[in-house]
Amino acid sequence: MDNHKPSKELFVPVERQENEGEKIARPSLSFWQDSFMRLRKNVGAMIGLATLIILILMAIFGPYMNQYGEFEQDLGRAKMPPKVEGLGWLGMDGTLSATMSGATVEQATTNANMRFNNDEEFIKTSVVSDGSNGEPAQVKAVYDVYAAKDMNDQSFWFGTDGLGRDLWTRTWKGTRISLYIALLAAAIDMVIGVAYGGISAYYGGRVDNYMQRIIEILMGIPNLVVVILMILILEPGIISITIALTITGWISMARIVRGQILKLKNQEFVLASRTLGAPDNRILRKHLVPNVTGLIVINTMFTIPSAIFFEAFLSFIGLGLPTPIASLGTLIDDGFKSLQIYPHILLFPAIVISLIMIAFNVLADGLRDAFDPKMRE
Amino acid sequence: MTRYILQRLGYMIITMFLIATFTFFLMKFLPGTPLSAADKLSEEQQAVVLEKYGLDDPVPVQYFNYIVNLTQGDLGISFQFDNREVTTIILERIGPSMTIGVQAMIVGTILGMLLGLVSAIYHNGFLDYGSTFIAVLGKSIPSFVFAGILQYYVGVKLGWFPVALWGTWQHTIMPTIALAIFPLAIAARFMRTEMLEVLGSDYITTARAKGVNKFGVVFKHGLRNALIPLVTVLGPLAIGLVTGTLVIENIFAVPGIGEQFVKAINTNDFPIIMGTTLLIAFLFIFIILVIDLLYGVIDPRIRLAEGE
Repeated sequence: MDNHKPSKELFVPVERQENEGEKIARPSLSFWQDSFMRLRKNVGAMIGLATLIILILMAIFGPYMNQYGEFEQDLGRAKMPPKVEGLGWLGMDGTLSATMSGATVEQATTNANMRFNNDEEFIKTSVVSDGSNGEPAQVKAVYDVYAAKDMNDQSFWFGTDGLGRDLWTRTWKGTRISLYIALLAAAIDMVIGVAYGGISAYYGGRVDNYMQRIIEILMGIPNLVVVILMILILEPGIISITIALTITGWISMARIVRGQILKLKNQEFVLASRTLGAPDNRILRKHLVPNVTGLIVINTMFTIPSAIFFEAFLSFIGLGLPTPIASLGTLIDDGFKSLQIYPHILLFPAIVISLIMIAFNVLADGLRDAFDPKMRE
Repeated sequence: MTRYILQRLGYMIITMFLIATFTFFLMKFLPGTPLSAADKLSEEQQAVVLEKYGLDDPVPVQYFNYIVNLTQGDLGISFQFDNREVTTIILERIGPSMTIGVQAMIVGTILGMLLGLVSAIYHNGFLDYGSTFIAVLGKSIPSFVFAGILQYYVGVKLGWFPVALWGTWQHTIMPTIALAIFPLAIAARFMRTEMLEVLGSDYITTARAKGVNKFGVVFKHGLRNALIPLVTVLGPLAIGLVTGTLVIENIFAVPGIGEQFVKAINTNDFPIIMGTTLLIAFLFIFIILVIDLLYGVIDPRIRLAEGE
């Protein structure tokens, strides 16, 4: 049996090193670094983030990129279609087109010309179908608006609205105002929600009970109705819309924060801090709230798009910002009025608002996955 | 359970009362009386008009009368439409709202569930990405933008369905689609997550091992279990639908409650604003109550948690 025992020479004493066991093989990552690493791997979220950054930069610098002012009206250039040099193939060549039908080709051509004030010099017509198959003849007319108005030296990248205001400038100004309202509303929601939820959960007992009953009643009131009624008495404006949005907006934040703090407040680190004599206020600010930051960020990211939606929605039902201020909502509302003939007025603000909403939603989804410890490999 | 229902009903009454009070005093703050447009009337005529609307009493008396009438289902007379009861005006508008609301809910949830199911079955495949993309778009794109696209391309360009107004079943199609896109997106996302979880559980492996075919596993064993938590999203869905109808009805000129509400706001018709507000609030609270109760019935675990 002795043969099976390994000989002592095989064993070499390991040189003893200080702190060997304490050494960390990989660089330590804070919660935020770790989350950000995971976020970076999420392609969708990164695209969303990039889109948002571009849109925010455009909202800041876009209005200064051409010479037209936000409120510069000129009926002589009303409802100009969009025109960008070099982007003609995208349909942004400064022309309007329409397909008109008539009994014969001539009839259809006349109709098509009439559609654009018989300005025949600048209308190109082409026959779509000559009516030989028994159906009405169809003629497509393309009207070069810029040439007709002798404005070939100018170009409105997004076109102009019914009062001749440049839509490029107005769209980005509007984006700025919509983002401003949304960010402000989200920030106020966050502050009120975190304070309310935190206090309610931390003090517990009767305080919690009363505070929760209040929330339960408020929850039952549809926020849409409250927002509309508030706007009715407050007179539409940036601040009043923000206030109306925050009146019920903080509730979901308060509920989420309360739930988390209820879980956290009995943990040892809170007890330790309390034993060391920290006042409630310090425990809340320094120990509890930082531990729910992830959730707060996610919830705020979901609040922002809904605030943008509500702002646009208010404009849509006629309770939005007063004219001539542009916001995405008022622009879209304007666009609907001439949707059939001049769809470009609706198109660009609609694209911008959709992009903002999609980007925020995708980014918020990505953040939720990144902050969720269960997703950690 | 009975105690819970009673408690919830109590809250419901308190909430409705608060909303009624809140709206009443809000309306008192607002400028404008039924006389605004007709100030050429003589003193006596003005007094007659004010009396007709009960506006000659002091505010507390008006409030008392309002609440008493409210409990009897009397919402007063419209300012805008002569001598018409608000209750009748609103009641005849419930139909169209319900039609598109219910259609959208059915179409949206069923299609959404199918989409989510496909997503889960072909997890991380091409179909999964496709349907996730649709769900993100549906959740993000504002309803009025989507409705605008529909109206322009399907209504104006293609001319498949009437652009707006109400009457035949064709008129209901575009509003229904526009309204259904939100429930569709929510249901799809939710279904995908739930189904993935269910398909990964042990009893599915057991069923597979016993030789149940894929179809049977997904529909018989998987779907039923994934359906239970779907009830949880019905609440946000219902809220989305109520908001949605306000927008959609206005875009497609559907003579429903939402359209009446916006019209009343723009014409300062206070009794109708109050009536529609209360109706919308009531629907909202009622839907949430029903869903919360359903919850407990479907999943005993939730019932226990509520009972503590």
